[in-house]
Amino acid sequence: MLFKFRNSNSLTENQVTDEAVYKQRRDILKKLGYFGAGSLLAASTKATAGPFDWFSDGDKAKFATSALNFSKIQTDASSDVLTPMDKATSYNNFYEFGTGKDDPINNAQSLNVEPWSLSIEGLVEKPITLSYDDLFSSFDLEERIYRLRCVEAWSMVIPWVGFSLANIIKKAQPLSSAKYVSFQTLYDPKQMPGQRSRFTGGGVDYPYVEGLRLDEAMQPLTMLSVGMYGKTLPPQNGAPIRLVVPWKYGFKSIKSIVKIVLTDKQPPTTWQNLAPDEYGFYANVNPRVDHPRWSQGRERRITDGGLLAQNRIDTLPFNGYDEVAPLYKSMDLRKFY
Amino acid sequence: MLKINKPIRVNPTFMQVIRLLGHGFLVMWLAMVFYQGFTDQLGGDPVQSLLDFTGIGALNLLVISLIVSPLAMHLKFAQLLPFRRPIGLYSALYALSHFYVFIAFELQFELKLIVSEIIERPYITVGFVTLLILIALSITSINAIKKWMGAKWFTLHSLAYVAVILAGLHYLWLVKSAWYEPAIYILFSAFLSILRRTKIKKIFK
Ligand code: HEM
Repeated sequence: MLFKFRNSNSLTENQVTDEAVYKQRRDILKKLGYFGAGSLLAASTKATAGPFDWFSDGDKAKFATSALNFSKIQTDASSDVLTPMDKATSYNNFYEFGTGKDDPINNAQSLNVEPWSLSIEGLVEKPITLSYDDLFSSFDLEERIYRLRCVEAWSMVIPWVGFSLANIIKKAQPLSSAKYVSFQTLYDPKQMPGQRSRFTGGGVDYPYVEGLRLDEAMQPLTMLSVGMYGKTLPPQNGAPIRLVVPWKYGFKSIKSIVKIVLTDKQPPTTWQNLAPDEYGFYANVNPRVDHPRWSQGRERRITDGGLLAQNRIDTLPFNGYDEVAPLYKSMDLRKFY
Repeated sequence: MLKINKPIRVNPTFMQVIRLLGHGFLVMWLAMVFYQGFTDQLGGDPVQSLLDFTGIGALNLLVISLIVSPLAMHLKFAQLLPFRRPIGLYSALYALSHFYVFIAFELQFELKLIVSEIIERPYITVGFVTLLILIALSITSINAIKKWMGAKWFTLHSLAYVAVILAGLHYLWLVKSAWYEPAIYILFSAFLSILRRTKIKKIFK
């Protein structure tokens, strides 16, 4: 097969050493944060320890992921340089675990995903409930390499493992009145520190909710992912199951989903609730519609290498996934951002 | 409140050592974090980490430089006062590095974009004005210029309080939703300005 992806076993091995070294370095940075004025200086920088990490930073055991069986699907992004796994799994927005980019990897390792329950309900003929094991065994798993564009103007290229959302929706048999699909993240303040305090959680009203139009949900690109880089998802990336909608800004791709409900009305979404003039329901990647506070015309692609290897590239409409354009044929995408 | 009557006085050599350590620490730390950025040891997105590090560094140093006077007065510890200038200068250095990271690594010297971002994005405009103030204060902190400016110097340097509030505003404006931390900075800066209100009034009179 025309596949550039490295053998997943060798990747894993590299990964282990990489991660150990990486962690060591982070620890050194953290320790620096303990010295007098130094700690003030470091206050809340994401590279070092924040003022509120000082007492909470026991180094906990890493969440265990396991290898998955899947077939590899050739995608549009297959020839793009992959974002290294250590970056894709350590630089995350998952406010349930804190607003810093490395808060999720630091605070999510003890997330308990087994048992899990994901229900598909609402306007369907046959509601479904999937257990943890069902997530991996109900549908054939595929590996698809997608571009991920964050609303903050950076992007990654990630090999996801999962299946089309359409598969599960079809199985539940939507009623003809179903027009939208809403999603909900786990609500468990005991496990998710961001849900316990508005300070840690960035002022978000939890649980995190997202939504799609039914035709967007049925688009074959729209995927429920249960793994990345050949293995089950780590918690910072949304274990055990998350949405991936590659032509929309990353915040649409809701993590750690417990509930999918088909509805006849457009469901509320977390970021739209927070700042409706900045984040719309659609949130399609669109270089021509800037975020009110920053430009969306270009993006920084996160791959290997330090400061000098950074590459800025043009952002493409629909993140390069032109096949979804017909979904929005007669819509004013400036109005429906 | 704790009432301190006796002025504090310590061995000048000790203060000198603290000063040198401070220099070493602030220079080394900045250099080390840049080095880590160049060698890809700064997490998922080294550009973002550096922006955050230098931004927060500049803001914290600015706040500390403004705490020195009230603290020295309260403790009757006059030997603290000479620390104001170097701390302020380091704040400017960190702010300049912050700006450099933004234009060199975030925007990668796309000139048109640099100009349009500074003009069009309120939070960047505010950051830019803050930076200009810090640069002006740094240049005029040279002794000869200070002497030459006379009383005007004090008026100009009250702008440090404007700068710290603008920096807080810049921070508040750029966060997506976690506004508590920047809000604390702004409140604290406002408190410092109130302690100094007579001086501030001069700018607006
Ligand atoms: C021309 C001047 C400036 C520009 C272009 C600029 C630009 C930026 C940018 C792009 C960010 C990161 C935004 C993000 O997280 O997405 C940032 C963050 C920040 N900047 Fe500035 N800035 C400037 C001046 C300043 C000055 C003078 C200060 C302080 C004295 C400052 C303090 C901060 C702080 C505290 C942050 C937040 C860091 C964090 O998120 O932890 N900036 N700035």
